[in-house]
Amino acid sequence: MMLITCPHCGPRAQAEFTYERTVDSVVQPGTDPAGAMERLFTRANPRGLDDEIWRHTFGCRAWLVMTRHRVTHAIEAIRAVGPEALP
Amino acid sequence: MTKYSALGLLRGVFNGQSHWQPAWRDPEPKASYDIVIIGGGGHGLATAYYLASVHGIRNIAVLEKSWIGGGNTGRNTTLVRSNYRQKPLHDFFEFGLKMWERLSDELNYNVMFSPRGALMLGHSDSDMAMLAQRGDAMRVDRIDAELLSRDQVAKLEPQLDMSRDARFPIDGGLIQRRGGTARHDAVAWGYARAADQLGVDIIQKCEVTGFVRQGDAVVGVETSRGQIGAGRTAICVAGHSGHVAAMAGLKLPVESQTLQALVTEGVKPMINGVIMSQSLHCYISQSDKGGIVMGGDPDNWPSYAQRGQPMVTEGAIAQAIALVPALSRLRMLRTWGGVTDMSFDGSPIIGTTPVPNLFLNGGWCYGGFKATPASGWTYAHTLATGTPHALNAPFDLGRFARGDTIDENGVGPMPNHR
Repeated sequence: MMLITCPHCGPRAQAEFTYERTVDSVVQPGTDPAGAMERLFTRANPRGLDDEIWRHTFGCRAWLVMTRHRVTHAIEAIRAVGPEALP
Repeated sequence: MTKYSALGLLRGVFNGQSHWQPAWRDPEPKASYDIVIIGGGGHGLATAYYLASVHGIRNIAVLEKSWIGGGNTGRNTTLVRSNYRQKPLHDFFEFGLKMWERLSDELNYNVMFSPRGALMLGHSDSDMAMLAQRGDAMRVDRIDAELLSRDQVAKLEPQLDMSRDARFPIDGGLIQRRGGTARHDAVAWGYARAADQLGVDIIQKCEVTGFVRQGDAVVGVETSRGQIGAGRTAICVAGHSGHVAAMAGLKLPVESQTLQALVTEGVKPMINGVIMSQSLHCYISQSDKGGIVMGGDPDNWPSYAQRGQPMVTEGAIAQAIALVPALSRLRMLRTWGGVTDMSFDGSPIIGTTPVPNLFLNGGWCYGGFKATPASGWTYAHTLATGTPHALNAPFDLGRFARGDTIDENGVGPMPNHR
């Protein structure tokens, strides 16, 4: 189980968090159909680092973005989600 | 290569079993092949076997980065069934189930297919309505399905907690009597041996690190054992589909997650068939060695680690114990995790790709083992002819853009909510 440092609550067990989707799969208003299609239905799915949206569902319920390695599970960075956090 | 037979076993009694030979060769890779299959799991080996046996293409290599059958073929719960709800899945998996029924004879290798019955439990009126609907859909497509009453379920699996105050009360079930289990290693080994006999080169410890391109087209692969030319190249790497496809510049509709399972110590027969609850998400069966094999939800977050977190297995165990209380007395022997390529509609992808000469077989989610024969057979057809067979045509990569997904669970493009 990963130890995830919530930007609001500090280090908490992974059991309190749920994974939502990757940052690059968020469809912004105004995206053209081909772009929306790519964002909804494909993933880079790297065997390495990716930016993921998680939620502290069973804690403060805030959203956060986590840069995490998909093989080692090492967490490189966590930041709170605001309008500037999304592409 | 000698044919395996009862007489051969008997002969072995008198020669101290000294007649056994390696079941497949360990060849050096050639400079090029007509078809190179990336991935020596059950699906890749089956594809090679059907290319050689059905289509007469024998200049084939199967490249495996570690040892054959060491990925998801060896990391599942060995269930075989075709009790789906939608027509494309019916056609595909029922074709596969019929292949399972004669697979041991065809391969001359005992895959220990055991059609002991696959039972889905219903826990409420609405569950029973859903099961009846599923059963009707199956029967319309001439697949065996039988709706069972509460008493029938109790008789079939006496270890189930049938009391009215059970945590998950049981109201009945839907059984596919032709479903069951098979021996996972034997499936990989049987296909490997049969393919090898037809001249297929199975090359282990050979990791693909890139594609050789000529213009847009793929004309070979870079591997840890040198460059290998290929007329056609077939990706068949389950959880690593996204990683390998990215080497060719493709972004796939898959996300890799961990799926775990576990087995207890061996005990005398106590679970007669396969018990499933899809309202919960729990699979229980008993291996031929006596261990109780259990599985549940995937870990629901991306990982390539081949290990999961105990929290998820604990959930599956809690469900299993609620259904079969006697399981609480057993000790867990081991757990394992595999990397599953969760597709965006829960259905597999078998077919061509936008890259010339490059083909894809992946997106199996947590349901790949049962598909092994049909997957190999249809992928072989696609590779040999360059076009999909009617059975795998609906499972093409383009269906997501067309809005023609095969979404058995009806949850939309969310690989982590399946």
